[in-house]
Amino acid sequence: MLKQTEGSKAVAEAVGLCRPEVICAYPISPQTHIVEGLGKMVKSGELQRCEFINVESEFAAMSVSIGASAAGARSYTATASQGLLFMAEAVYNASGLGLPIVMTVANRAIGAPINIWNDHSDSLSMRDSGWIQLFAETNQEALDLHILAFRLAEELSLPAMVCMDGFILTHAYERVDMPTQAQVDAYLPAYEPRQVLDPGQPISIGAMVGPEAFMEVRYLAHAKQLQALELIPILATEFQGVFGRNSGGLVHPYRTADAETIVVAMGSVLGTIKDVIDEMRDDGVRIGALGICSFRPSPLAAIRDVLKSAKRVVVLEKSLAVGLGGILSTDVRMALSGLQLHGYTVVAGLGGRSILKTSLHELFRKAGDDALQPVSFLDLNWDVVNRVLERERCSRRSGPIAENILRDIGVVAASIQ
Amino acid sequence: MFQVRIHGRGGQGVVTAAEMLSIAAFLEQRYSQAFPSFGSERTGAPVVAFCRIDDKEIRLREPIIKPDALIIQDPTLLHQVDVFAGLEPDGYILINTNRSFAELGLGEFASGLRAERLRTVAATELALKHVGRPVPNAALLGGFAAVSGLISLAAVVGAINDKFSGKVAQGNIAAATAAYEAAHA
Repeated sequence: MLKQTEGSKAVAEAVGLCRPEVICAYPISPQTHIVEGLGKMVKSGELQRCEFINVESEFAAMSVSIGASAAGARSYTATASQGLLFMAEAVYNASGLGLPIVMTVANRAIGAPINIWNDHSDSLSMRDSGWIQLFAETNQEALDLHILAFRLAEELSLPAMVCMDGFILTHAYERVDMPTQAQVDAYLPAYEPRQVLDPGQPISIGAMVGPEAFMEVRYLAHAKQLQALELIPILATEFQGVFGRNSGGLVHPYRTADAETIVVAMGSVLGTIKDVIDEMRDDGVRIGALGICSFRPSPLAAIRDVLKSAKRVVVLEKSLAVGLGGILSTDVRMALSGLQLHGYTVVAGLGGRSILKTSLHELFRKAGDDALQPVSFLDLNWDVVNRVLERERCSRRSGPIAENILRDIGVVAASIQ
Repeated sequence: MFQVRIHGRGGQGVVTAAEMLSIAAFLEQRYSQAFPSFGSERTGAPVVAFCRIDDKEIRLREPIIKPDALIIQDPTLLHQVDVFAGLEPDGYILINTNRSFAELGLGEFASGLRAERLRTVAATELALKHVGRPVPNAALLGGFAAVSGLISLAAVVGAINDKFSGKVAQGNIAAATAAYEAAHA
């Protein structure tokens, strides 16, 4: 059914349709509306046979999810930013134990300085945790990916994160087509655990493994991700059969067939990028985009297949590998190993900095002229940066950077951008 | 694409106004997208929210820099925030006040714009009368329907019913209807 609703509410409703049995909730912006919505559904009886557990921290949220999942319950939680970092140890345990928990990450920057706004630093910091990570471009895809994630996670016995841009998607009202319970039931069978803690047939889960077998266990984690690479396109095709929509999959190419320049990105910024590409195409520029839906597993072959015929690749990412450059772009470079392509990393939108069409036009034009630096920062205010560097040159006790910058730029009250 | 920017203060239902406007457009089979300028929400602090309306899917995620219409829920913002930034020359302006553009000191500014697209409505007074609280958002949407013709009053009523129920919905519908009539006059 078509409805106009908030991204968080749409996700809560979709998760409800997946018949979760345990939901662990700890609030953190911009994820809070999702678990609030689910809490209301459990309380009102709209969501039956589900235990909603208010826990005392994110670490507890993931720990309780692990226990619930190991006991055979379909388990769900959601978090963002510092919350994901706080649960990090348990995040690794969930995948190491092979428990198919589904978690929404409403992507948000990581402090310090504290910042509640969107970028991809949080989930990308967990890139090696063994979780599947799927990125949503729209609220429709965000809700669809949750249904897909439960199916994928449970078939592989592996946890999955659905990553959606905090605020930009979670707090946006837009049109979504909400599936029926019958459709979701047809796509997502009841959870049949591969391993389960059952007092009737007691086993233990979570053995210590020494050097004699640890590598093999870790290799199997990698092998499962490779299985996910095979399974994700199959499940996306099946999804289209049941729901009539193209959601999920490994990558989403856009006007790439004859493109000389291809922009690679993840999440909601792809919408703005596509609008810019259409405008540049109208002017005869051969440019396209490649959206990465599956960040983990990394679809190296699919990426290479799309990019190999281009002249240059611009990876526009909402993340920064401090001291290196890009995170997504490092993956993309690996996919392009041996190919002679101009590759550019553009770090953009950190901490909620708006990514504007005008800025993208200028950026892509420069890329087309091969006039970009290997690593650049979109709309970085160099005056502010240079002032700090100058202050540090002049004075040993130059003070805290964040506070100094805020003093330099003055209070920005309700700025439009 | 038609882009609306709504300025107000925390507590005046600015974000809800953008959401209701998007629902009203949806009810008229349009595509729409509403989102707030995400900040630290504090009562009384300047707040901005955005709504885009189009006949095709909206992919753009940047804030609205060049609005086709402005709804200003609090006239005290006129001297604090550059609310008119980027307004298209043939744009619409609806201000919540019982004064005229000239009385607000905007006479000269308004002379460069299309007079029939500029309107003031005493939405807070209508809200106090019909809702019992100074929440001008729904009333302003009624006024916006009248001045812009972009959405119908029926769609605004439908959006109010989507967001609220019972007496609160009824009061807001009455306020929106009164503002619609006042802005039409």
